[in-house]
Amino acid sequence: MLIRHSPDIAPSEITPYSAYLRRREFLAGFGAAMAFGGAAQAAPLAAARGPFSTDEPRTPRADVLAYNNFYEFGGRKSDPAENAHRLATKPWTVRIDGLVAKPADYRLEDLIKPLALEERVYRMRCVEGWSMVIPWIGAPLSEILKRAEPLGSAKYVAFETLVRPEEMPGQKGLLQLLPWPYVEGLRLDEALHPLTILAVGLYGETLPNQNGAPLRLVVPWKYGFKGIKSIVRVSLVETQPKTSWNMQNPREYGFYSNVNPNVDHPRWSQATERRIGEGGIFAKRRPTLMFNGYAEQVASLYGGMDLERYF
Amino acid sequence: MRAAPVFPLAGWRVPKLAVYVAGFVPAIWTFYLGVMDRLGPEPIKALEQELGLWSLRFLLLCLAITPLRRAAGVDLLRYRRALGLLAFYYAALHLSAYVALDHSFDWIAIGRDILKRPYVTSGMAAFVILVPLAATSNNAAIRRLGGKAWARLHRLVYVAAVAAAAHFLLIVKSWPAEPLLYAAATAALLAMRAFPAVLRRARSIPAPRRRRALTS
Repeated sequence: MLIRHSPDIAPSEITPYSAYLRRREFLAGFGAAMAFGGAAQAAPLAAARGPFSTDEPRTPRADVLAYNNFYEFGGRKSDPAENAHRLATKPWTVRIDGLVAKPADYRLEDLIKPLALEERVYRMRCVEGWSMVIPWIGAPLSEILKRAEPLGSAKYVAFETLVRPEEMPGQKGLLQLLPWPYVEGLRLDEALHPLTILAVGLYGETLPNQNGAPLRLVVPWKYGFKGIKSIVRVSLVETQPKTSWNMQNPREYGFYSNVNPNVDHPRWSQATERRIGEGGIFAKRRPTLMFNGYAEQVASLYGGMDLERYF
Repeated sequence: MRAAPVFPLAGWRVPKLAVYVAGFVPAIWTFYLGVMDRLGPEPIKALEQELGLWSLRFLLLCLAITPLRRAAGVDLLRYRRALGLLAFYYAALHLSAYVALDHSFDWIAIGRDILKRPYVTSGMAAFVILVPLAATSNNAAIRRLGGKAWARLHRLVYVAAVAAAAHFLLIVKSWPAEPLLYAAATAALLAMRAFPAVLRRARSIPAPRRRRALTS
């Protein structure tokens, strides 16, 4: 026997007709949300003006966001801006381990919460011969390291970037430009120096993915590639850690990689640089400054060192 | 009246002038973008690279003429001079951009670069080689030099191509795809000349009587 139920509520009564008509937009929006898979949207980030900030004109935000070396997303400067939206930065965990009294896995929010965020307007000099002026938002790395209580035996800090080939197209395929994960390192005194910060934002907002979201290192007196992005691990170690570009070509990229106009890259001069966003095709090069203009603050770290040898 | 051609355009030949005109479009377009400040965050580098890249492209097209003829029977010989000269013109524009825009006529820095930096040395070498080739890319020069001497001189284009491809490889960090592809194309075009038997077998026809055409 077939018992017919008349439906209690007609579908047309559940969904307003106007919304029904817009159902494809909803699907499209949902699709986009899935594609961006929890990628951090740039959110406003408040920060007090911090010390060491330069008054030089800031590189236009559009250039800071469009001109990036982040080989996990591809080798061209425009690749990170095109591909980095695939990276899911929530949730994010940072492991702090090695020679510390309190090793731990931190949720990013917990790592940042106790910090007083500051804006630091720093020069950034790329080893390729161009530079920017970027208003970072972050906090001294030393504050985070101290919380983990480094042991007396710790001499260096090693950093590691996320490996997630499904979201980082540069980490898969035939031609991979570097060994992964990207790793970087600092001497402990460099890491504890007040100029060295972990950045979580720039230009008043959380870090865009292509700039190393959600957490990156900024060491303004060193070439840009020392500023490791999308950090998942910070380890205190006893011996000098391996660093990615040094592994790729030890003759051309040293552990220290301090900005130094007197020590050339083996294939090109480091005496001058081009400031991004400054004057179009008729702009002139500007001289590169020792330690990228931060000699007053950091030269003492390298007293008596042969900087040609320890490049 | 001629019989209807098999291909709609068969029998109709692209005038050489059109190759020159089309050849200069990328340069004009790139300069236009540069002046309008639409070449991205590092416009001088973009302009420089674009001009250099087109020089290399024309050089490789020039080198592809003979293999195309031997292996595929496509004869574009009459455009080779235009392609070769375009390669030279673009190299000259590329060098001018480097001297004037990139280094603002800082001759000391430029001289040091040429002597010390293999990527600049190789690029400069490629350009210097192209100068006499461009200067003799006309019928009067061929008559004056005589076909054999002219052909021997113009074999220097192989050296220029190797230097140009090396120039591109030496400027980049790591091993990105683009310069590697251009280097591979250069190597392939030169290999076809080193082993002409391969090409002949590919077409299974006897070698042309005159291996090198004397008109360009």
